[in-house]
Amino acid sequence: MSGPVLEARGLHKRFGGVHAVNDVSLAVHAGEMLALIGPNGAGKSTCFNLLNGQLGADAGEVRLEGRPLAGLKPRAIWRLGVGRTFQITATFASMTVRENVQVALISHHRRVWSFWRPARRHFGNEADALLAQVGMADQAERPCGVLAYGDLKRVELAMALANDPKLLLMDEPTAGMAPSERIALMELTRSLVRERRLACLFTEHDMDVVFGHADRIIVMNRGSLIAEGDAAAVRANPAVREVYLGSGGH
Amino acid sequence: MDFILIQFLTGLSNASALFLIASGLTVIFGVTRIVNFAHGSFYMLGAYLTWTITRALWDWGGREPLLFVLAILFAALAVGALGALIEIVLLRRIYRAPELFQLLATFGVVLIIQDIALAVWGPEDLPLPRPPWLRRFVEIAGSRFPQYDLILILVGPAVLAALWFLFQRTRFGILVRAATQDREMVAALGVDQRILFTGVFFLGSALAGLGGAIVLPSQSAFLQMDLAIIAEAFVVVVVGGLGSVPGAFLASLLIAEVQAFGIVLVPKATLVLVFLVMAGVLIVRPYGLLGRPQAHARAATGTVEPVIRPAPAILGWAGAVALALAAAAPFFAGPYAVTVLVELAVFVLFAASLHLMMGPGGIVSFGHAAYFGLGAYGAALGLRFLAVPMEAGLVLAPLLAGLFGLVFGWFAVRLSGVYLAMLTLAFAQIVWAAAFQWVEFTGGDNGILGVWPSDWARGKAAYLWLAIVLCIGATLLLRRMIHAPFGYALRAARDSELRAEAIGLDAVRIRLGAFVIAALGAGLAGGVYAYGKGSVFPTYISIPKSIDALLMVLLGGVQTVSGPIVGALAYHTLFLTVLQAFAWWRLVLGLAIVLLVLAFPQGIAGFVRQRYERARGIEGA
Repeated sequence: MSGPVLEARGLHKRFGGVHAVNDVSLAVHAGEMLALIGPNGAGKSTCFNLLNGQLGADAGEVRLEGRPLAGLKPRAIWRLGVGRTFQITATFASMTVRENVQVALISHHRRVWSFWRPARRHFGNEADALLAQVGMADQAERPCGVLAYGDLKRVELAMALANDPKLLLMDEPTAGMAPSERIALMELTRSLVRERRLACLFTEHDMDVVFGHADRIIVMNRGSLIAEGDAAAVRANPAVREVYLGSGGH
Repeated sequence: MDFILIQFLTGLSNASALFLIASGLTVIFGVTRIVNFAHGSFYMLGAYLTWTITRALWDWGGREPLLFVLAILFAALAVGALGALIEIVLLRRIYRAPELFQLLATFGVVLIIQDIALAVWGPEDLPLPRPPWLRRFVEIAGSRFPQYDLILILVGPAVLAALWFLFQRTRFGILVRAATQDREMVAALGVDQRILFTGVFFLGSALAGLGGAIVLPSQSAFLQMDLAIIAEAFVVVVVGGLGSVPGAFLASLLIAEVQAFGIVLVPKATLVLVFLVMAGVLIVRPYGLLGRPQAHARAATGTVEPVIRPAPAILGWAGAVALALAAAAPFFAGPYAVTVLVELAVFVLFAASLHLMMGPGGIVSFGHAAYFGLGAYGAALGLRFLAVPMEAGLVLAPLLAGLFGLVFGWFAVRLSGVYLAMLTLAFAQIVWAAAFQWVEFTGGDNGILGVWPSDWARGKAAYLWLAIVLCIGATLLLRRMIHAPFGYALRAARDSELRAEAIGLDAVRIRLGAFVIAALGAGLAGGVYAYGKGSVFPTYISIPKSIDALLMVLLGGVQTVSGPIVGALAYHTLFLTVLQAFAWWRLVLGLAIVLLVLAFPQGIAGFVRQRYERARGIEGA
């Protein structure tokens, strides 16, 4: 078994006087679901955006299967095998569900600059297969603009899988969803991670989702990592209890 | 040195009028987010009304300066009231419509006012009689400088100070500033938006009227004042930063000085110079000197673009029948009809090329005529200087347009919204100015004549068939592209740039690709048009030509693939049959545009498709 899929070492990011991310190191392995949690303002989102290329780090490095990601644009990082879902879903509202996935497949197979054969006839079967995996096959013909929120999240997941990724980055995957939908989506994600031997890193607010679905949890507070371990270990960690339940350390 | 001083003072006095107009435009935009094309018309009305009122007052009380000042104020107030009226009757209904429709509606107002002014004041230029006190000069550094212009220099700063007082010290002004920053928040605080917006329109229009009034003594009132000034006012507002009054002041100084010195240093390129300054400023500061990125006020209300589905088969058959009829026309129709059909073929391609950018690309271009004109001039200049035959000219035409599309597009596709529209307009004006002023190369206003087809295509029928093959063929290629992966990638970049980048799409490069393809298409249309007419003129590149293309696309419906085709046919037919029959065709067209915007915001094809989908129970978006 080789090393971690994603590895970050000594990440720093400052915004003016705020040390939003302070010496964060982490690693995600294939087949593993790693949750990044922390109270509001802990630096989760900044840390997440350093990992996906949306932000550049002041110091430290991020490696995907040993390859440094510094300075790469999000689209280049995607080409290396990183699929993403967003806190607020981002899909193509003027296209049907199947077409959304087809566009991702077209991009993956580098067919963007073709001008003749209709896009609908590109990778239709592959798109249907992906939609079946996320349970959206029956809605393939519906426009994304009219879907329920939970279904949009599934479409995003199917698009994220289109380039056969090694790593899945999910920012607040269950934000804005009903409790029953949350569990269904995370169950789905977990089965995909297991089946495809994906590495999955996600941030999350909902502790039920985190403790129920993450293999490993890392906790951030004020820019730094304060705890790491499985659900039981993190739950028992005094520093974590302090942050979530206690005075907050003022 | 004296000469420099005098030019500098001339620049300052020109800057005053420019500032009055631009400040009104920028205040209106800041609060209502409407780019008001009719602002130039208010300026023109200011001049005309001042002419009428001044003469009436002078007839009554002698040619006194005080009566002239009174007339200026009356005129400004009257124009302000008219602006408020237009806001209440028309614009209030379309604040939530897409930006383009608002622009188009105000362009409809431009046309209406043009014909009303023509009816009331006639086609002649109307100079104001100049009593001795208007002809006085003062001695400055040994040169004579008009006293009136010297007074004008003070008007700009005085109005700036008055506006500063209004915005800093009055409740209305504070609300205006608040609404410029965050319109939704102001509404949430319970401020009556209707009164605020109407008030802003009154203020902005009155400033435009005032601008027109004060230039009357040196310029006279004439019918082309509106479009001449609006392009300049756009430049000032964009250079200064949309919504920023101090920015408009700085920019009006900059632009007026560039003009004042440009006219001496490079008399053949003053117009080009102004737009180059604008392009330069926008490249360094994309939001203007004192502007800020636009708040995404509109995003929340944004309409969701509908899903594009393959056209129903009947549409294909109808198109094939229409095409066959057009191709057979030389056998049963007269030569005039054949000429019209060539024009129709050209305009279908012109509109379809713009649609590729606007619709799937979401790139609103206000200067698409540039590429049409570049195609036409490419063919004509190739003939004039290289003696290339038609066959080569029709290759040169799209290539020249495409090359400029690549250069202009490189800057343009990085911007969005109003800035994008204004930058494309500015680029088009550069091309227009070059064609207009560079007489040795382009023939200037006289154009280039004798651009005739090769012998085999010289017959009416042969040229029609050539036009159909090239223009309709290219249009079908563009349609094909929209359904192909490239078209989907383009729509993806429009729908969600964030997601597009996250699935590996290079949104900027894809948009640039669309920009160049659209330029190639428009260039080919321009080339075919040039050989069809036998001549090229700067009007091919003018603002009204760009508006024509926009009207065609919007009339047909920007959200449908067939829209531009239907729109081009409908618009040009309407123009030839209905409009040319009317003496007051601008008035009719203007009213038609306004009604179109109010009644069919999705265009003809969009309206039909909605009905079709509803009848069939297809889920739209």
